[in-house]
Amino acid sequence: MSASNVTAAPSGGSRQGLLWAGILVLALLLPWAFYDYGASRHSGFVLTMCSQMGMMILFALSYNMLMGQAGMLSFGHATFFGLGGYCTIHFLNFAGKGDFPVPVEVMPLLAGLSSLGFGIVFGYAAAKQRATAFAMITMGIGELIAVAAIMFHNFFGGEGGINADRMIDQSLFGVSYASPVQVYYLIVAWTLIGAIGMLFLTKTPLGAMANACRDNYERAQFMGYDPRRVRFYQFALSAFFAGIGGGLYAITYEIVTFDAVSGQLSANAVLMAYIGGQASFIGPILGASLITLMQSVVSLWSNSWLIYVGVMFITIVAFAPQGLAGMIESHGPIAQAGKLNRLFVPYVRMAIPSLGVLVGFVGLVELTNFITIGAAQGKKLVFFGSEVPAYTIMPWAISAACLVVGGLWLKFEAANYLRVWDEITDDIKKGSQS
Amino acid sequence: MEIVLISILNGVVYGMLLFMLASGLTLIFSMMGVLNFAHAGIYMLGAYFAFDITRVIGFWPALIIAPLICAAIGAAIEIYGLRRVHHNGHIAELLFTFGLFFIIERGTQMTWGMLPVPYRVPSALDFPLFTLYGIAFPAYRGFMLVVSIAMLTGIWLMLTRTRIGLIIQAALTHPNMVSSLGHNVPRVFTTVFAGGCFLAGLAGVIGGNYQTTEPSMAATLGPIVFVVVVFGGLGSLAGCFVASIIMGLIQTFSVVVDGSIADLLKYVGITVSNKNLFGEILTVPGSRIGPLLPYALMILMLMIRPRGLLGTRDT
Repeated sequence: MSASNVTAAPSGGSRQGLLWAGILVLALLLPWAFYDYGASRHSGFVLTMCSQMGMMILFALSYNMLMGQAGMLSFGHATFFGLGGYCTIHFLNFAGKGDFPVPVEVMPLLAGLSSLGFGIVFGYAAAKQRATAFAMITMGIGELIAVAAIMFHNFFGGEGGINADRMIDQSLFGVSYASPVQVYYLIVAWTLIGAIGMLFLTKTPLGAMANACRDNYERAQFMGYDPRRVRFYQFALSAFFAGIGGGLYAITYEIVTFDAVSGQLSANAVLMAYIGGQASFIGPILGASLITLMQSVVSLWSNSWLIYVGVMFITIVAFAPQGLAGMIESHGPIAQAGKLNRLFVPYVRMAIPSLGVLVGFVGLVELTNFITIGAAQGKKLVFFGSEVPAYTIMPWAISAACLVVGGLWLKFEAANYLRVWDEITDDIKKGSQS
Repeated sequence: MEIVLISILNGVVYGMLLFMLASGLTLIFSMMGVLNFAHAGIYMLGAYFAFDITRVIGFWPALIIAPLICAAIGAAIEIYGLRRVHHNGHIAELLFTFGLFFIIERGTQMTWGMLPVPYRVPSALDFPLFTLYGIAFPAYRGFMLVVSIAMLTGIWLMLTRTRIGLIIQAALTHPNMVSSLGHNVPRVFTTVFAGGCFLAGLAGVIGGNYQTTEPSMAATLGPIVFVVVVFGGLGSLAGCFVASIIMGLIQTFSVVVDGSIADLLKYVGITVSNKNLFGEILTVPGSRIGPLLPYALMILMLMIRPRGLLGTRDT
């Protein structure tokens, strides 16, 4: 990764800056694209989704500080997100009583610092361990906190969680945070600060040593570094950034329940970082956006979004371990050689059977789902505006046929695609040699 | 006294159920280096299959058929899934089973619904076995104990008395040497994976009606099984057994403890109020701390002795 950055430093740097600016402008303008000018109000759905995306991006990026950059597979990262959230709720409540004069804008920072404290305590226990032991001890910590969140009522509020009022009338800029769009811009600001902070950390010696300890633990030791200390710092700092996300969560929803420390959220961190691509910095951003999008949009039509995410995750683990960002980046050399057009036809040829597989799979999942859950809820299975007779054999047969035929056809086309891909990379190698 | 005896009996029953799951997980991990996250999912599938088969044929056939289906699923996972991702390393294999767990959990909800299914103890076993100090001990728990002890002896005989058992035992400690000696290691892998899934399925069949058969049963039991395996020491079946029984006893004994740390402190003359944010840590009664203890124990164990109770190699 660093090698390609060095060779393409002048143009690559400015292009990366442009990419970041583009993302920022998109984030700032997105709510206005869905603004209802007739009623002159924002679309609540889009705002909620974008706010959720912002904190999930922070969460996924902070998770990738462990998994992608330091090779520490953690199964309890939600602990720090949730604890940051719980602390923020308490801070907000103190501030609401008037004995805690801290503006809302600074609350996420305090949440981050609280999580940093927890990260130091738990990191002391966890960061010494490697590989499976680390995965297990983080899972243990995650479960411990999740169980404690239901058990201790004073701090965690039990099953109902605890709530607060974010309108504490303390603001640096005189903003009341009465409307969600104000909170959204607070989230954008903090997500940007957090992302820049984490990007900056990858350029520091600590970031480089984290990569070194991931790639070769013993060699990092021989060079005189203490990998355990590097891992400890990385762990604590990632807890800090996750805590900022948790603080934003608390401010947005004004309630934190044990969902925020649950194993499900920890698992989501793994899914987001891995699907997006753990090897590149931008990967978790992609993953977090995509999964939040699926969570919000797909769940409007169907309640089986988790199975789609699961299948997507397994497919990526099996066929594209570099994730979405890695898949996009692997086209870089081909685009530079100007040979991207040769991939166009294979892509189109792959798209047709892929669509078949998708339709067949979604069809089968939704039909099963409908018969067990949907029908009991009195819903109707609607596909492109027409009701599907789920209790007859036809929709099942069509879906299964789509899946099987599409799958076999896709296998054939994928082989063809790989052949073309190899030809192009061979050509590029020959070209660079001569 | 009667509470102690009853708790020991219940703890051993629960511990044996845990051991049935954990033994398969340990065998799979020791051989293949894969921590199978989907293991608890297979346990859940075993319970649901048993429910369906019980409705159609009866409980006794289900006791054999459901674990066999689980074993077939396990073999399919190994052959078509894990082998494919094997060249990407252990982390990829672990993440593969992790993703699989989600699909199994969600797929179960899709097929059998979100609510618990009425999977009940067979009427032939639904009577009190004996009464101890006025508390009845259900015959089904005795049956669970018999099945799990039979299974334990079965594994032990297979591992020590058969050829495949010898190869598995050798592969537990020296996986590379075994493959160097020319054994078909992939086939042994498939066998072990299917065997582990068979045990998980069996645990599901007899555990599903002891607890409740519902879509969240895998998510609640899964972490405990990991705790058992790590606490006992990865790669050690004996450690796994000891840890299962310890965890089973902890879970049943903590329920009957009524005191809290604050009560102890009262003897030394310190009183703690429950009014502030953190005082609850001291005043919560032991019966509610129960679910927390296994995780706390595992974290302690990993901090002090990362190889676990009887483990021989670092995790």
